[in-house]
Amino acid sequence: MLIHVSHLNKIYYVGSTETIALSDVSFDVSKGEFVAIMGPSGSGKSTLMHMIGALDTPTSGTYILDGEDVSKLTDDELADIRNRKIGFVFQAFNLLPRRSTMKNVMLPLMYAGIPKEERIERAKKYLTLVGLGDRLEHTTNQLSGGQQQRVAIARGLAMNPAILLADEPTGNLASSQANEIMDIFKDLNKQGHTIVMITHEPDIAQNAKRIIMIKDGKLISDKKTSKH
Amino acid sequence: MDLFELLSSAIEALTLNKLRTGLATLGIVIGIGSVIALISLGQASQQSVQKQIESLGANTLTIIPGAQTTGGVRQAAGSNQTLTNADAIAMENSPQLSDITAVSPEVSSRGQVIANGNNENDSILGVTPSYAIVHNTQMQQGSFISNSQSLSKVAVIGSQVASDLFTGSPVGQTLRIDNTTFTVIGVTVSQGGSGFQNPDATVYIPLLTDQQEISGTSYLNNITVSAKSQNVMTAAENQVGYFLLARHHITDPAQADFSILSQQQILTAASSVTGTLTSLLAGIAAISLIVGGIGIMNIMLVTVTERIREIGLRKALGAKKKTIIYQFLVEAVLLTIVGGLLGMVVGILVSALVSSLINLPFVLSTFAIFLAIGVSGGIGILFGWYPAQKAASLSPIEALRYE
Repeated sequence: MLIHVSHLNKIYYVGSTETIALSDVSFDVSKGEFVAIMGPSGSGKSTLMHMIGALDTPTSGTYILDGEDVSKLTDDELADIRNRKIGFVFQAFNLLPRRSTMKNVMLPLMYAGIPKEERIERAKKYLTLVGLGDRLEHTTNQLSGGQQQRVAIARGLAMNPAILLADEPTGNLASSQANEIMDIFKDLNKQGHTIVMITHEPDIAQNAKRIIMIKDGKLISDKKTSKH
Repeated sequence: MDLFELLSSAIEALTLNKLRTGLATLGIVIGIGSVIALISLGQASQQSVQKQIESLGANTLTIIPGAQTTGGVRQAAGSNQTLTNADAIAMENSPQLSDITAVSPEVSSRGQVIANGNNENDSILGVTPSYAIVHNTQMQQGSFISNSQSLSKVAVIGSQVASDLFTGSPVGQTLRIDNTTFTVIGVTVSQGGSGFQNPDATVYIPLLTDQQEISGTSYLNNITVSAKSQNVMTAAENQVGYFLLARHHITDPAQADFSILSQQQILTAASSVTGTLTSLLAGIAAISLIVGGIGIMNIMLVTVTERIREIGLRKALGAKKKTIIYQFLVEAVLLTIVGGLLGMVVGILVSALVSSLINLPFVLSTFAIFLAIGVSGGIGILFGWYPAQKAASLSPIEALRYE
C-alpha cells in the first residue's frame, strides 16, 4: 500500500469548544491510482488533504505514506517527508513571483540538497514534460494561469515523489485550461504516477479512476468512476 | 542549502524591491557614517591638541606664583607676586638643579601694538634669551633677543604680527607698544595655534625692558624651565620645588607660594577633555545607528507579512524551520552589512572633507572600521532575529491560506 489511512481523527480545539473535522476515516491507495477526494465545503476534505500532505498530524489514528508512519512526526521531520514524498499542486499555483520557471521548479530540489547541475537538468526535464520546454527563462508573471499551473505540476514532479497531491487544481482556471491540466494528470497517471486530487467539482472528479466522498468529517462512499 | 545559495537567494529577494531595500539600507548608512565621521574627527582634534601642547615642549615645567590669601579669601592661583628675577637667576646658577638645562623667566601682558599706522592687540612677553631654548622657538628672519640686548628696545614678533602689521620684511622696522618704540630684530616661524596664547600673535621683548617700560613690575608671571629629558621630569620637578621652598624660607610644602605644572599634566587634562567629547559625539551618533536598526526590523517585519504565502509554500516544499530563519537573517544581515560598508565610505569621505575644511589632521580610525562591520552585522542579527523567528514559526497551512 502506498497510502494507508486507518481510523484517522482530527479534532480542533478553539477555546472550550471542540470541532470534529475528521471522524474515523480509513482508506488505502495503491501505487498508480488516480483518486479524487470530493465533498462540499466544510466537509473535512481540506483537513484530510492536510493530513495526506503531511502538513498537519492527526489527533488519533494512523497514516502510513510509502512505508513511513507520518502520524507522530516533528515539524522538521514532516518538512522532510513533504520534500521527498509529496508533490503539491495548489489551487492558487503558489509560484514564487517574478522568478523564472526554472527557479520555481528547482526550489524543492534546493531544499533536498541536490547538486546544482542535477537541479537544472531535472527542472528542464519536467518543464518539457508539461509542455513548457520553450518557457524555461520566462518569469511566472509572464505566463497564463494554465501555464502557471503546469509549472506547479513540474515542481511537484521534480523530486519524483510517491504521490502528486493536488488541492482544487482547476479552481482558478477557465474550463479549457482546466481540461488541459486534467489531460496532463491523466497522462502522468498512465506513466505510473499516483495522484490524489481534492475537488468539489463533480465533472473534474470524473477524470479520476476512483472517488472518495467525505461529508461531515466522515467517509460516506468510495467507488470507482464509471469510465474505468 | 549552503551559504552561497542563501546569499544568492537573499540578493534575489532584496533586488525585487530596490526602493525599499535602498531606504532600509540608508538608515544604516547614515548611522554607521555618522559614528565613523564623528569618531574620526574626535580623534583628529585630540591629536591636534596633543601636537600643539607637545610643540610647546614636552620636557618643560612651568612654575607659577601660588594663590594669595587676602582676608581669608583665597585668590586665584597666579595672583600672587612671589616669583622674582632673583629667583630665576638663582635657579640658573644653582649647581643643585642638575636636571635643569635652561631657565626662562617670563612676564606676560597684552597690549596694543602699532606699526605703519596699523594696530592690533597682541600678547606681549618679556623674556630672556633662554626663552628660545626652553620653548624651542625657531626664527624665520633675523635673530632672537641676545644677552647683550637685555635692556635694549628691541622686539621679536610672531609670524601673524609680521603679516598683520608690516609689508615686506619687518626686520629693521619699528613698532610701538604704549609709548615706547621698539626695533624689530626677528620674526619667529609660524607654530600654528589659536586662542589667548597664540605664539604667532605675540611680541617678544627683553624681560628687563618689559618690566621697566610696559608692565612696571619687578615680579614674574611664570618661570619655565626645561629638563634634560622627559625621563627626569619628576626628579626635575622635585629639585625645583625644594630649591624654591628653601629660597622662600618655607618648611611645609603644603604652604608653598608657587605651583609647578608639567606639560604632561596639561596634556593629560586636555586629552581627557577631548576624549570625553569624542565619546559624547559617538554616543549621539550611536542613537542614529539604533534608529537605523529599528528601520531594518520594521522592513523585515513588513517583508515577512508580505511573504507569508511564500513562506508557507517554502515550508510545504520542504524548508525546515532553521532554513527559513537563515533565509530571513541572511537578508537582514546583508542589508546591514552593505549599509555598514557604504556608511564607512560615507563616514571616511565626510571626515576627510571636514578635516581639510577646518585644518585638522585626517585620522582614519581602524577601530571605526571594525565597528562599522561588526556593529552593522550585529544589528542585522539583532533586529533580523525577531522577524526571522516569526516567519519560521508560521504554520504552513495558515501561511498558505493567508490572503
